[in-house]
Amino acid sequence: MVHDNKLHFTFPKKTRTWSMALMAIGAVSMILGWMFDKTDHHQYWWANLLINGFFFFAVALGALFFYALQYAAEVAWSAQLKRIFEAMFAYLPYGLAVVAIVLLAGQLHIHHLYHWMDPNVHDPNHADYDEIIANKKPYLSAWFFWLRMVVYALTFLLFARAFRRWSIQEDELGGIDLHYKQYRRGALFLVFFAVFSSTIAWDWLMSIDTHWYSTMYGWYIFSGMWVTCMIFATILVVWLKDNGYLSAVNTSHLHDLGKWVFAVSMLWSYLWFCQYMLIWYSNIPEEVTYFQTRYEHYMYGMWAIFAVNFAVPFYVMISRDAKRNTKYLTRVGAILFLSHFFDLYMAVIPGTIHGHLEWGIGEHAHHITFAWWFEIGMFLGFLGLFIYVVLNALTKARLIPVNHPMLKESEHHQI
Amino acid sequence: MFKEASIRKPLILGHKTYHDITNDIVGPIEGPAPRQWKIATTIAAIVALYGIGCIMYLVAAGIGTWGLNKTVGWAWDITNFVWWVGIGHAGTLISAVLLLFRQRWRMAINRSAEAMTIFAVMMAAVFPVFHMGRVWMAYWTLPLPNQFGSLWPNFNSALMWDVFAISTYFSVSLVFWYIGLIPDFATIRDRMVKPRMKRVYGILSFGWSGRAKHWTRFEEVSLVLAGIATPLVFSVHSIVSMDFATSIVPGWHATIFPPYFVSGAIFSGFAMVLTLLLIMRKTMRLEAYIHLKHIEYMNIVIIVTGSIVGVAYLTELFISWYSGVEYESYAFINRFSGPYSWSYWMMMTCNVISPQLFWFKKIRTSLPATFILSIVVNIGMWFERFVIIVTSIHRDYTPAAWGEFHPTIIDIGMFIGTIGIFFTLFLLFARYFPVLALNELKTILKVSGESYKNDKAH
Repeated sequence: MVHDNKLHFTFPKKTRTWSMALMAIGAVSMILGWMFDKTDHHQYWWANLLINGFFFFAVALGALFFYALQYAAEVAWSAQLKRIFEAMFAYLPYGLAVVAIVLLAGQLHIHHLYHWMDPNVHDPNHADYDEIIANKKPYLSAWFFWLRMVVYALTFLLFARAFRRWSIQEDELGGIDLHYKQYRRGALFLVFFAVFSSTIAWDWLMSIDTHWYSTMYGWYIFSGMWVTCMIFATILVVWLKDNGYLSAVNTSHLHDLGKWVFAVSMLWSYLWFCQYMLIWYSNIPEEVTYFQTRYEHYMYGMWAIFAVNFAVPFYVMISRDAKRNTKYLTRVGAILFLSHFFDLYMAVIPGTIHGHLEWGIGEHAHHITFAWWFEIGMFLGFLGLFIYVVLNALTKARLIPVNHPMLKESEHHQI
Repeated sequence: MFKEASIRKPLILGHKTYHDITNDIVGPIEGPAPRQWKIATTIAAIVALYGIGCIMYLVAAGIGTWGLNKTVGWAWDITNFVWWVGIGHAGTLISAVLLLFRQRWRMAINRSAEAMTIFAVMMAAVFPVFHMGRVWMAYWTLPLPNQFGSLWPNFNSALMWDVFAISTYFSVSLVFWYIGLIPDFATIRDRMVKPRMKRVYGILSFGWSGRAKHWTRFEEVSLVLAGIATPLVFSVHSIVSMDFATSIVPGWHATIFPPYFVSGAIFSGFAMVLTLLLIMRKTMRLEAYIHLKHIEYMNIVIIVTGSIVGVAYLTELFISWYSGVEYESYAFINRFSGPYSWSYWMMMTCNVISPQLFWFKKIRTSLPATFILSIVVNIGMWFERFVIIVTSIHRDYTPAAWGEFHPTIIDIGMFIGTIGIFFTLFLLFARYFPVLALNELKTILKVSGESYKNDKAH
């Protein structure tokens, strides 16, 4: 059985220091980046904030989705891991806050990531009038847009809070009533998620390339969200096991986590390819602009991201042994985690800075395509914040949910 | 010994032993054919013959006997094709994807679902093959050398991809189904007293002896085939969707088509599985193996896939407006308010609204309600393809060329005929084949059998 002192997770001092150091790097990069970024309205800086804000928010939202899915599908093997996902979705308020700051700044015209937020494009008498964007006004009007933001935030946060509260109550009370409550609420969450996972992708990402549209877009962003969540969870589980926790998590559980990383990577590749192929094949001007913009400055990057996100999991993770090997899981996981970050980068940057970035200090601004130190620094900062919030949340409850009715089946999981 | 969580409902009800399972499933094959079966088979065969008659007339007289015209060049033919291919998705999903997910409840339903898949794919093939007009030239779709008399097929065409996707899917599904049947055929062979039948089942079972080595190989090959079949479940209907989505016809070209078609296919496939199994479990007395929990799970799959399809419909509708493209928006306005709006609303009601009734536990665990809704879903999914195909092309870019489609007696006869052929094949299967994977079921008896689970018997 699980040893008592390992029922609770304690945040190791060293890891705490590391995550704080990463946050410090992030803060310094953001300050220096703001000074260096000479692009109009610090567009580049804001675009990076959106990427990092959305990326880690998406990992947390993916965790909430997966958690609900485990209940709705009556899954047993993951019962021991549910605290991991709870800790991950504890980041939701922080992620939402960062996204909200970016959107609010856009609304206040501090930056122009979202072209449609400019009122002039909706005004037929103005020189900047854009008929296509004006046509989208009913959906992209400020009040409706912000109403949606409030509904998203409330939905995600309230569901997350309820799941967490019942989960901790179950530790104390036992029984199966709370389990069935979670089951029903999990299924209900999936209904909201089915719609909102698409609409947040339209609202926060697709609307950057305001003219462009693709019906697939929401599902494609969702698959990326799901895969990054599974990767982070896998790496976290391996790390906890290496530190002596989760002793009842065996190779079959790791195998299952690896299968999810593999399967969702294939789902992402499938959706990416179908979207690309159908747009390329039919070659309709309204649609093909999206990839034209990417081809112009980022063609190699775009294809490299697809190649890595598809080929690495396909060739490495297809084998049973690889999915049971923690070295493969963590290394392939790290590669894919980064590569999916770049995938999101590719969704935001081409439509916001169009390959032209003015960068430098004082009078010495020059044109470059990207500023690597600033981007790496900002990513590391948010990674540090995410790790800190998740591990901190992990200390707040028992690491193993002792009264989960499927716990025994999970402990004997063998495939 | 491993026991599943006590809150799970047992998958095999009652006090069954290994011998009971064999008796329950092999018994009907050994006995004389029941009267109901003879009546049902006769009716199905008559309908099938009518369909074959229509096909023969079509081949003799030409494609002009269908209602197609210069504007609507694809109508019932392709609708039926996509409908049947869609139905042919559940079997391989159940056998392959649910095997990878280690879902034990699949063991009660996979055999007949796979059989259904194979027959449905055969019916699907009828339509494009005869649509070629000169059906004796069908081999031209194969990549044969030019000296052979045909030109190389056009690999740029999604129709060509269909040939490969569907034939691969069919072959793998057939092999998968057959491998699963081998141990069960051996069980029948070992019990059979009629010498000629014993010989037939002996040949069919490939000398299966039930040794541990055979079982190891059986399990290995099942996993490998599941791994191969899973991407095929996705690829077939994705490529079918590309028949439309690679075009520039508004209403056909949407990037969401591939995953949305796959979901719709699983949706209709499960509906057809339910229609068939609800009758089969009753007439063959399989209530202990296919019980309410199985039906509830299948109904949940129907809610999930139906809702995904619903989200896709609304996404398409929304984006057609959001795009600001005149043609794109008109295609959808015409869909819900044009001359074919009745079919659009039929589709919406049957596919999006009616499955939501399964949110009520009372409805998803009610046999009559499930039976009715499974048929409603199949009707809805036929209309979905009709809506996509006919309403999109009957009014395209040139208003002068707008038109409508009216099916002829041959259109209708061929469609009904394929239903007859399908049911004839399925009834033959139910008579001579083990309809449940009986040897696989035995592996879960002690884990999930009711009497074992409750520790009454042991």
